[in-house]
Amino acid sequence: MSTIDIAVVDYGMGNLRSVSKALEHVAPTKNVVVTSHPDDVAKASRVVFPGQGAMPDCIRELDARGLRTAVLDAAQNKPFLGICIGLQMLFEHSEEGDAAGLGLFKGSVKRFATEDMVDSQGEKLKVPHMGWNQVYQHRNLDANVHPLWHSIEDGARFYYVHSYYVQPEDDNIVAGFTHYPNRFTCAVAKDNLFAVQFHPEKSANAGLQLLSNFVDWSPN
Amino acid sequence: MGLAKRIIPCLDVTNGRVVKGVNFLELRDAGDPVEIARRYDEQGADELTFLDITASSDNRGLILHIIEEVASQVFIPLTVGGGVREVEDVRRLLNAGADKVSINTTAVLNPKMVQAAAAKFGSQCIVVAIDAKKVDNQPFEWEVFTHGGRKATGLDAVKWAEYMVSLGAGELLVTSMDRDGTKIGFNNPLNKAISNAVEVPIIASGGVGNLQHLVDGVKEGGADAVLAASIFHYGEYTVRQAKEYMAQHGIEVRL
Repeated sequence: MSTIDIAVVDYGMGNLRSVSKALEHVAPTKNVVVTSHPDDVAKASRVVFPGQGAMPDCIRELDARGLRTAVLDAAQNKPFLGICIGLQMLFEHSEEGDAAGLGLFKGSVKRFATEDMVDSQGEKLKVPHMGWNQVYQHRNLDANVHPLWHSIEDGARFYYVHSYYVQPEDDNIVAGFTHYPNRFTCAVAKDNLFAVQFHPEKSANAGLQLLSNFVDWSPN
Repeated sequence: MGLAKRIIPCLDVTNGRVVKGVNFLELRDAGDPVEIARRYDEQGADELTFLDITASSDNRGLILHIIEEVASQVFIPLTVGGGVREVEDVRRLLNAGADKVSINTTAVLNPKMVQAAAAKFGSQCIVVAIDAKKVDNQPFEWEVFTHGGRKATGLDAVKWAEYMVSLGAGELLVTSMDRDGTKIGFNNPLNKAISNAVEVPIIASGGVGNLQHLVDGVKEGGADAVLAASIFHYGEYTVRQAKEYMAQHGIEVRL
């Protein structure tokens, strides 16, 4: 068996080709494997945890393949990148289908509230939040940003498509935010883990830069 | 600052080539799809839409190879439509690298297919394309047409839009059949009526002849995204010029 540099966790929910193609594009020498085997996730050097569709279905399919333990283990021990529902599932609970998440982080996943969805000119804002919005990077007290934002402009646009967003209880894990129209957390980071609501694999140069930063990342 | 309005170049593909017609007739060759997709990506397109208008089922598989090729080189959202009849067609296109699949005639013939596809793959990847025409023989203003604008359905386009969203459509691509290929601008009243009626984003399509039409599509038609083909294919304008023009007119775009 060859080594696995990057495992993309496949639990049967949607198209993972975009994610693996984008990783292969930024890391042509790495062995990128799309897998639904817990053993592959366990032995991979890095893990990407994507997700599409509805969170309750994602959790169910993840469990049906026996992937929960391997994913939680990877999330706490090696470079780990969550994308979209792969971010939402890390929290305790989602309003979508009143579902329990993996509970790695305290907090919940909320739907954009219809009554709030008006912009500053009074125009209706659509749900899903679909398209390119600006991502503001969280700076710590030393004014440093996370290594995954390296060479990405603060306020760069990334591609989103979602109707739910995460609301962490712990402010210290917030790594980035976006406004629609209210500010919401679009990236969280803790130790070896980074997770985003937007789709870096569909976000042109800014997204490819983030994936490249992930491939090069050596968390302490 | 917030969410940018999207500019989506549309590539009509038949037998592996990009073509452009006027009112769905008189097709002219506009080039190689992969090459054109790369060019638009470099110019800053926010998304790309491919409509497979291949008539013969023999050549329909070609679109899968094109999408595979584009998806390994272009990292922006890709929508594919044309000839999508079954849930299995949706799966094939998503596996080839499409991010969204657009369903048109089949939505009318079999609305449950939209529901089944959205339930299986998520609303985020299900676009319903609505071809509408202004009519004076119905108790409503705009009627849904199918089969490339040849067949009237008796359906009210605005009511139809609401129904499709209730079944799980995550986005609507609204094409004015009166305007398509005419270069006289989008049908903004139609787009506005649909945009007001639904919560999901709408893409305005059909009739773009100049950059002011794109601005009007957003400001007057309430479009979340604007789709155009011929103004980009023949090099009249680049996507970047279109975005700069929209930005100068107060529309938020990704530059």
